[in-house]
Amino acid sequence: MAQKMAGGTFIENLPKIYGMYTGGFLVFVLLMAILEQMGVGADTIGILFVAFTIVIYAGIGFLSRTMAVDAYYVAGRQVPAVFNGMATAADWMSGASFVAMAGGIYFGGHGYLAFVVGWTGGYILVASLMAPYLRKFGCYTVPDFIGTRYGGNLPRFLGVVVLAVASFTYVTAQINATGTIAARALQIPFEVGVWFGLLGILLCSMLGGMRAVTWTQVAQYIVLIIAYLVPVFWMSNKQGFGLIPQFVYGDAVARITELEAFHGLGTLDPVAGAKGGLRALSVPFAAAGDTAMASWKFVTLVACMMLGTASLPHILMRYFTTPSVRAARQSVAWSLMFIFLLYFTAPALATFTKLQILDPELATGIIGKSIADVQALEWIQKWSNVGFAQIIDANSDGILQLNEFFMRGDIVVLATPEIAGLPYVISGLVAAGGMAAAMSTADGLLLAIANALSHDLYYKIIDPEAETRKRLLVARGLLLGIGAAGAFVASLKLTSILGAVAWAFDFACSGLFFPIVLGIWWKRANRQGAIAGMAGGFLAGTWYLYQVRFGGMDPWIGIDHLRFGIIGMPVSLVLMVVVSLLTPEPDAETQAMVDEIRVPSGETVLGSSH
Amino acid sequence: MDTSKREEHWRRTKSLMIVTLTIWFIFSFVVHWFAADLNSVNFFGWPLGFYMAAQGSEIVFVLTLFWFVKAQDKIDRDCDLAEED
Repeated sequence: MAQKMAGGTFIENLPKIYGMYTGGFLVFVLLMAILEQMGVGADTIGILFVAFTIVIYAGIGFLSRTMAVDAYYVAGRQVPAVFNGMATAADWMSGASFVAMAGGIYFGGHGYLAFVVGWTGGYILVASLMAPYLRKFGCYTVPDFIGTRYGGNLPRFLGVVVLAVASFTYVTAQINATGTIAARALQIPFEVGVWFGLLGILLCSMLGGMRAVTWTQVAQYIVLIIAYLVPVFWMSNKQGFGLIPQFVYGDAVARITELEAFHGLGTLDPVAGAKGGLRALSVPFAAAGDTAMASWKFVTLVACMMLGTASLPHILMRYFTTPSVRAARQSVAWSLMFIFLLYFTAPALATFTKLQILDPELATGIIGKSIADVQALEWIQKWSNVGFAQIIDANSDGILQLNEFFMRGDIVVLATPEIAGLPYVISGLVAAGGMAAAMSTADGLLLAIANALSHDLYYKIIDPEAETRKRLLVARGLLLGIGAAGAFVASLKLTSILGAVAWAFDFACSGLFFPIVLGIWWKRANRQGAIAGMAGGFLAGTWYLYQVRFGGMDPWIGIDHLRFGIIGMPVSLVLMVVVSLLTPEPDAETQAMVDEIRVPSGETVLGSSH
Repeated sequence: MDTSKREEHWRRTKSLMIVTLTIWFIFSFVVHWFAADLNSVNFFGWPLGFYMAAQGSEIVFVLTLFWFVKAQDKIDRDCDLAEED
């Protein structure tokens, strides 16, 4: 790996290198399975899984160290489309996607699927409106584009502010997730786990910047997708659902609808007294709300997540690393393909778990069984002990009703191997996958913030004379500082994981979507318009979030705190268009620059080292 | 560089963008707005509204994107504005 810069050899060998890596990982899993058979304890296997994978990532990060500016910021612009697609998929799929999504579908049914739709369709916008043009532009960061396109320090500075707020909200949740997983797998307190997780994250990114993050993210994608798919395939085949579970679970969905009626879903009174974070099932799985309000809530959430996808800098900057504009486009398609593999599996997983718990004809079913029998189950005991599951016999009949069983959504991914009776090695694998998902996203986010602060704020605004060595030292110092700040905030446990993740998308689309899109697609967009659009959209969205979440205001027509981008975006668009039209058009040089980025061939607008 | 080629390139790029985003809009919003109605249709066991949210839209997105990449590349080549391979 050290010869990475020495020409095409490393790049040409990528399929072989990652093929061997995948093989090596599978051998490791097999070895763990053998150790389990030999009587090694479950705890030891969990520790080995998490520790082994982190050491591998850190090793890749170390081998990718660099002191060259374009390697540090854009991985030397030589990452092939398919590998960049894998890296983006790991960058994209966070702890929330990996651990929380299937659980969200389990509890939320159809309404929650808005996240699945929203977190995939945004890539159409990335490919058709943004990525190829930004690649042709040749910027290092998203504010780099905004600053150069609109001119002057203020647009650049506003871009940095929106980026930092959106990404920091997001990274805190990711460090929180690494802390949770590390704490459970390594049996250390959460507050220590958070700092341990941060250490792993920084080992991947400190020395090699974007280059190191790229090659660790590819490695992390491979681990996380294996960890997500293996249990689902195994369970599906073991339970006789069929070879490819994703294509055949329709009947299981229909069966759940029957069982919901059978168990009296919606007719039972809620039972009080469950521990924090635990829920009982209360929403039908497959039914969609038939009111205009239900449809409105679905599509507004989809809109915020999609336009947020196309505005999140840690995703956009991945497409700055491809060798060409064409490769940037192809890479978006591959990213979506790799993301799709996990996202279309999540609803299948939620369905199987739900069926296993609800169906009294299956050995695994618990609803409608005697409470004494259910409490004797190993997985119920284990997860009750750590506060993830709870049984309250409200009517004292000794039979478990639907409204008497409480659990946390996270169980759907974390405990399903145990519910289905798979060996412990699978649970260790799942922990390693969750860790990979959270670490890879945290890495991308931290790098996006640190790069914007070091390149746009420090180098472009504060000290344009700074020499390369100093620039890269500042970049690393910032990475460390921001990571520590994120870990500190995470250790305070302020927000639930999901709330914070959705907010990042809303912040990003409120402030950045229209300034980026119109900067490419509307030559008339000028500096004054961009300033008004960024500041106005961001402030309007933030104000609304504050009022709804903390100020006690009633949401307007169902636009709750998860959807505040619906307020920010129109403000941003209208201000940007109106102010641009009221002020002079951009100069000829800027307009020529816009013409230039619309054409794939030719040199990038900004030099390879700027 | 030939400006008429550039104009043709941008005109065709814009049309492709509009077609792509129309597909995107239908499968992101229109289909899900009518989810409750679609649910009365049985699609290989799934209620169709649920299926479209869980799998259908996502499959369409992936296919659309690979198609878009190919179509845009053809526009670039036709107009002699593609990068060298």
